Amino acid sequence: MNVLNFVDAFFSDSAHWHGYDGIPRRLLEHVQYSLLALGLAAAIGLPVGLLTGHTGRGGNVLAFLATAARALPSFGLLVLIAIALGFNLLPVMIPLVVLAVPPILVTTYEAVRSVDPAPVDAARGMGMRESRVLFQVELPVALPLILSGLRSAAIQIVSTATIAAYVSLGGLGRYIVDGLYQRDYEKVVGGATLVAVLALTTLALFWAAGRFAVSPGVRRR
Amino acid sequence: MTFTARSSRSRTRHTGAAAVALAAAAALLAGCSSDGTDDGDDPLAGEKAEAGTVVVGSNNFAESTLLADLYGEALRAKGVKVTYKHNIGSRETTYGLMKNGSVTVLPEYNGSLLAYLDAKAEQKSADAVDEAVKAKLDKSLTLLDSSPAENKDSVSVNAATAKKYELTESSTLADLKDIAPDLVIGGSPEFQTRQQGLKGLESVYGLKFKSFKALDAGGPLTQAALAKNTVQAADIFTTDPAIDKEGFVVLKDPENFFGFANVTPLVREGDLSEKAVAALNAVSAKLDTETLRDLDSQVQTDKKDPLDVAKAWLQSEGLI
Repeated sequence: MNVLNFVDAFFSDSAHWHGYDGIPRRLLEHVQYSLLALGLAAAIGLPVGLLTGHTGRGGNVLAFLATAARALPSFGLLVLIAIALGFNLLPVMIPLVVLAVPPILVTTYEAVRSVDPAPVDAARGMGMRESRVLFQVELPVALPLILSGLRSAAIQIVSTATIAAYVSLGGLGRYIVDGLYQRDYEKVVGGATLVAVLALTTLALFWAAGRFAVSPGVRRR
Repeated sequence: MTFTARSSRSRTRHTGAAAVALAAAAALLAGCSSDGTDDGDDPLAGEKAEAGTVVVGSNNFAESTLLADLYGEALRAKGVKVTYKHNIGSRETTYGLMKNGSVTVLPEYNGSLLAYLDAKAEQKSADAVDEAVKAKLDKSLTLLDSSPAENKDSVSVNAATAKKYELTESSTLADLKDIAPDLVIGGSPEFQTRQQGLKGLESVYGLKFKSFKALDAGGPLTQAALAKNTVQAADIFTTDPAIDKEGFVVLKDPENFFGFANVTPLVREGDLSEKAVAALNAVSAKLDTETLRDLDSQVQTDKKDPLDVAKAWLQSEGLI
């Protein structure tokens, strides 16, 4: 009854490597759900965060909305929406997006708002228009913090996307949910290991993206 | 520079998250342990039933409460002093309370009780199951007559599927043989792997479904998926009020593939008079699956008081 034995047994069973319940297929589904949810959350969170951060207005409202959204239990929301709307991808996307928007929104707002005002004033003094001030001065400086918001959202999505399995969809949660019901603990531990590995991979990808995208002048050392 | 301030802020956020995670894990563990270890410090465990009083208990789900009320009121009508102990817990708990005499009468399901007493026992017929249960029961306990009313797993199809393939209440699982490859079936995740699930449906009835969707054990998810035609067939309990509400059609199971779960009172040997035993058997004899489902539906869907529902039915049947 050793966790490592479970992990070993799960990954060395060739039946777990192919077919509709195989690891490649479940991993792909999980990545698809996660990317879709992160894309949707970023599409909502980034523009609103950039705008409110740039103008400095609406901070209190944002903080309130973000706190309220974080208080919603993802699992409860999932079951509620699935029963109301049916068993497709929508009931999974709503709780994941609700989960991921607050970290993106709040960090983006904070990041843009806390950019050193001196270069911003200088940019305005040089005659830059507001959109150029935002995208060419504030955004590059705020990028490390914005990326950290995206990163924490992505990791929360990757780990929470397992709940999709509860409403009959795929993803790595399939192993965890099925394993628990079937008392097949190899599956549970194997699925959980895969989710953890995927979360760490996400972390690594964001680190690499940070090295690549963040200007050396503002990089954290 | 601002960067030092930022990194310290991000550190507080991380410790904050860790604290939340720890608290959540602790809450989860606390939840698990309080579920599993009720037997030891059960506040009811010590109380013995008062002499001359019959204690009717029930397990922690709506139908068990209703059945306890049915049996209890039938006893009361015969002049027996009855007290109720409702929603006690699962079979693990209530069986112990039956053995030590804290509860005198408990509505049970014969096949489920047999599976609890002996997981490997075969279930060939309702009578054989009753005999097997009696043989395995603690010597202070016995079963009364089983009712025709059953609450067990079934394969049910939704109204649209029933219409399309002309399936009615007299259709059996065997009739599904040619249709099954067109149907998606839903059930709890273990339904996919256990013998009393997809495997057995294939070996006993030759049913091969198009695909399987993992939902819950006849709960709200399965009901919603079947009602919305996400699945066309599903594992639904035979007294589920959703059957009437949504027009699901329960397919008959002539091979008794799903075993037996006839409502049967579990009682303490010798604690009931002959008159009382006859009263309980009369209730069991009148009750059938459709009636029980209708009574369940009054309690669970219409939110009526189970005691009122029980009294009204007993009166309409002339039992009280």
